[in-house]
Amino acid sequence: MAILDRGARSLLLAEIVSGLALTLRYFLKPKVTLNYPFEKGPLSPRFRGEHALRRYPNGEERCIACKLCEAVCPAQAITIEAEPRADASRRTTRYDIDMTKCIYCGLCQEACPVDAIVEGPNFEFSVETREELMYNKQKLLANGDRWEPELAANIAADAPYR
Amino acid sequence: MAEFLNDVALPGALIIGKILLIVVPLLVAVAYLTLAERWVIAAIQLRKGPNVVGPFGLLQPFADGLKLFIKETVIPSGANRVVFLMAPIITFLLSLVAWAVIPFGAGLVLADINVGILYLFAISSLGVYGIIMAGWASNSKYAFLGALRSAAQMVSYEVSIGFVIVTVLLVVGSLNLSDIVEAQAGGFWHWHFLPLFPMFIVFFVSALAETNRSPFDLPEGESELVAGYFVEYSAMSFALFFLGEYAAMIMMSAMTSILFLGGWMPPLDIAPLTWIPGPVWFALKIALCLFVFLWVRATLPRYRYDQLMRLGWKVFLPLSLFWVVLTAGVLVATGWVPVPHG
Repeated sequence: MAILDRGARSLLLAEIVSGLALTLRYFLKPKVTLNYPFEKGPLSPRFRGEHALRRYPNGEERCIACKLCEAVCPAQAITIEAEPRADASRRTTRYDIDMTKCIYCGLCQEACPVDAIVEGPNFEFSVETREELMYNKQKLLANGDRWEPELAANIAADAPYR
Repeated sequence: MAEFLNDVALPGALIIGKILLIVVPLLVAVAYLTLAERWVIAAIQLRKGPNVVGPFGLLQPFADGLKLFIKETVIPSGANRVVFLMAPIITFLLSLVAWAVIPFGAGLVLADINVGILYLFAISSLGVYGIIMAGWASNSKYAFLGALRSAAQMVSYEVSIGFVIVTVLLVVGSLNLSDIVEAQAGGFWHWHFLPLFPMFIVFFVSALAETNRSPFDLPEGESELVAGYFVEYSAMSFALFFLGEYAAMIMMSAMTSILFLGGWMPPLDIAPLTWIPGPVWFALKIALCLFVFLWVRATLPRYRYDQLMRLGWKVFLPLSLFWVVLTAGVLVATGWVPVPHG
């Protein structure tokens, strides 16, 4: 009986037909492809993308040059130089991130006491030369200005879990 | 002069016109078959497939063709140049030549010869030469192994294809392809795939093996032989192989349609279906077969070589031989042997 059963199954291609039926069901299913540059997938508020230096709403830069980020950076991608400004407040004169070294671990934003350095939701910052990946303070502040609404929203969304 | 015009030039021009009428749509069909293959496999893998070049990606085959056309044809220094370049040309030509006897509708055939099916069988057997020459002339171990595999595989499966064709011939009583289609007139229950069902499956599976398609694509075997017999080919010489292979797929689908699915006949002999011209039905049936080719490719993993040989020699050969004897026996016992006419 078992031989008969096995023989009938193999003669009628039972397993091949069931495999074909499965692929036919998949053929008719809705497709999961995103038309990437036009459609994008959702991102978590904790997504660690391109870095930005934020400002306070009055335009004052947040960074107080405590250098905790520079100290914690495992890839040693951050270089900071600081001196007192004319109004005697301590600010950075240089804030560089070597994006070719950065491993996007997010420790800089964890270390920052004033939420100045953050990793934003932007992941589309490819460039054509290596030099363009040596970010300076000006570039980072420009990023902060450009992405501030998203950055603030992400920090607010993640706040209850901190 | 007038004699030359009437006897040679006009008929010659007419024949060339007919050939172009077959070959040009065939090449367009091949181009779109490559696109359809990518779409079908993409859909089964829940992707969308090419949809960027032109509306819905419809210009993709032409972009691919243009790319292959403007690339450099690299000839390996160890290769036999003449044979190396002749192999793709032979493969491509043989895949076109077979279309001469295919009836696209009632009377719509370039060469209505009485041994049409034998001619098709001969041409498809010759296809192995292009592959052997490619593998041998490339002077590369992968190409050589691919060619050996391909030759052994095509020879093995031609045996069972031959017996399947013999069963159909026994039922029809003619080697003429138009007669074979005419014998299936009047609704889909007259088509041969029902009375000869196991042979239909054997034929289709053998067709997969004969055209080196998945799950029998061992000659290509990209995971073990890189690309098999055409590893060393590039640009247009590669494109000719590719065109030849896909034209052979369409050819095998056409043969399946003619032998088992009633060629240009509509599935039901009633009014709205009979208004659609025969070539359209024929094209639809070919498209259906081709879809199954692609569907199978997206479903089944590749056979091991010994499994392939076991299936060909130990399963299909006895099965088809048995069915030839059975069909002949039933025909004689019931007195249904078709009487040759004409």
